[in-house]
Amino acid sequence: MPTLEILRTGPLALVQDLGRVGLADIGVTRSGAADRRSHTLANRLVANPDDRATIEVTFGGFSARVRGGNLDIAVTGADTDPRVDGILFGTNSIQHVRDGQVISLGTPHSGVRSYLAVRGGIDVTPVLGSRSYDVMSAIGPLPLQPGDVLPVGEHTDEYPELDQAPVPPICEHLVELLVVPGPRDDWLVDPDALVHTIWMVSDRSDRVGMRLEGRPLQHRSPDRVLPSEGATRGAIQVPPNGLPVILGPDHPVTGGYPVVGVIADQDIDKVAQIRPGQYVRLHWSRPRAARASASTSMAAG
Amino acid sequence: MDLSVANTVLDYGDQALLLQFDNTTDVLAWVAALREAALPGVLDIVPASRTVLLKLDGPRHQSEVRRRLRALRVDADTVATAPAEGTMVIDVVYDGVDLAEVADRTGLTTAQVITAHTATPWQVGFGGFAPGFAYLIGGDPRLAVPRRSEPRSSVPAGAVGLAGEFTGIYPRRSPGGWQLIGHTDVVLWDIDRPHPALLTPGMWVQFRAA
Repeated sequence: MPTLEILRTGPLALVQDLGRVGLADIGVTRSGAADRRSHTLANRLVANPDDRATIEVTFGGFSARVRGGNLDIAVTGADTDPRVDGILFGTNSIQHVRDGQVISLGTPHSGVRSYLAVRGGIDVTPVLGSRSYDVMSAIGPLPLQPGDVLPVGEHTDEYPELDQAPVPPICEHLVELLVVPGPRDDWLVDPDALVHTIWMVSDRSDRVGMRLEGRPLQHRSPDRVLPSEGATRGAIQVPPNGLPVILGPDHPVTGGYPVVGVIADQDIDKVAQIRPGQYVRLHWSRPRAARASASTSMAAG
Repeated sequence: MDLSVANTVLDYGDQALLLQFDNTTDVLAWVAALREAALPGVLDIVPASRTVLLKLDGPRHQSEVRRRLRALRVDADTVATAPAEGTMVIDVVYDGVDLAEVADRTGLTTAQVITAHTATPWQVGFGGFAPGFAYLIGGDPRLAVPRRSEPRSSVPAGAVGLAGEFTGIYPRRSPGGWQLIGHTDVVLWDIDRPHPALLTPGMWVQFRAA
């Protein structure tokens, strides 16, 4: 079977699949590809089942040599001018790589994360049912290092049906995201300030959470403590400093800060491609008022 | 006690629902019932001190799961009593750096704090702070103490702490703000064993002074 020998990793290269499901009660979060859509597309381009692992490359700068056979590969997500032995082959397309050739990803033009899929999948040993690395709990295959040799799994007999996929470009300027209001929007003096502020993404952002900078939101009762409650990726927590944090795939299983809104499922993958310094505008996915009054009456109980 | 959940369900985004309860005992009863019910589309059940979060397999399940929840009824009393067997005994050396402060805050002597911690079994309510960390509930209410105002940057693995109505054991070295009363050699989390977490929600734990 062919293997992939890692030569350079760039700032961070991780093995990721769709994560660990159903382990919240032992404190293990889902993790998984930050941009699930790009990860899944990469798998489909090389005719992998959706559960196969890819390499999530953050900010490019990655290269690897194919050894022990030939491989079909695809790179999706942030466009890094992917090359084989120096020859460009294009993002979102399938590429045949021969034994000994080097795959390299440059610096992305826009976006943050690229996904390298190989036909058969990255076949490292799963941990708790997944090959994803969770940066918060350090569970799963460790971040890649130069010299690592990654096994490639058996591929199915299915042959890739598409050799190139049309994908909307990653937004380079103001990113617009839909937010479902609540469940704790009533903890803020003016929850609508969330959608009336242009937020800048902080460089203190990672797979655990993306911090937003702007005019701080005001808590209604700053001393009131919310008992910790379960969280999901996309939840927008507001800590005491009033600056929202959008939880990422490696978020803590529970959190103690009020969640003013949750990014709608359709926009969660976009979050994974927003760079520090980029601006974000949020929009309620539906009117906030009806739900807010309901939660107020329950909070009295 | 018959509980209805119908009017305490909040949308948590478009692929999760947040159920609210008055206490952790009700949370546990509902978690047991929800696991039993195995509602289609529910990927994960996340208990916490006053809530249960149901994570769903996409937005299409939200209204259907909400509808099925209305039909669920739970008898909380059947789940809330300690079983005669199956209680896990954990030996603790009560030498924590905050033991004296806990005594001070509770108005007990350090010996009385130890007795209160070991006199009755605790139940695992929920996890969440870190893999393998368990929030234990149902202990002596006199032991309720606030977290430390400044969390410690490093608390050793096996440290036994108190915070609010809870007691807990740090599964590995980590930052932490709980009042530390002792330590244990028990391994709370080991990724290489079949069940990595020693303590899971619903279990009972009896502490014993070693």
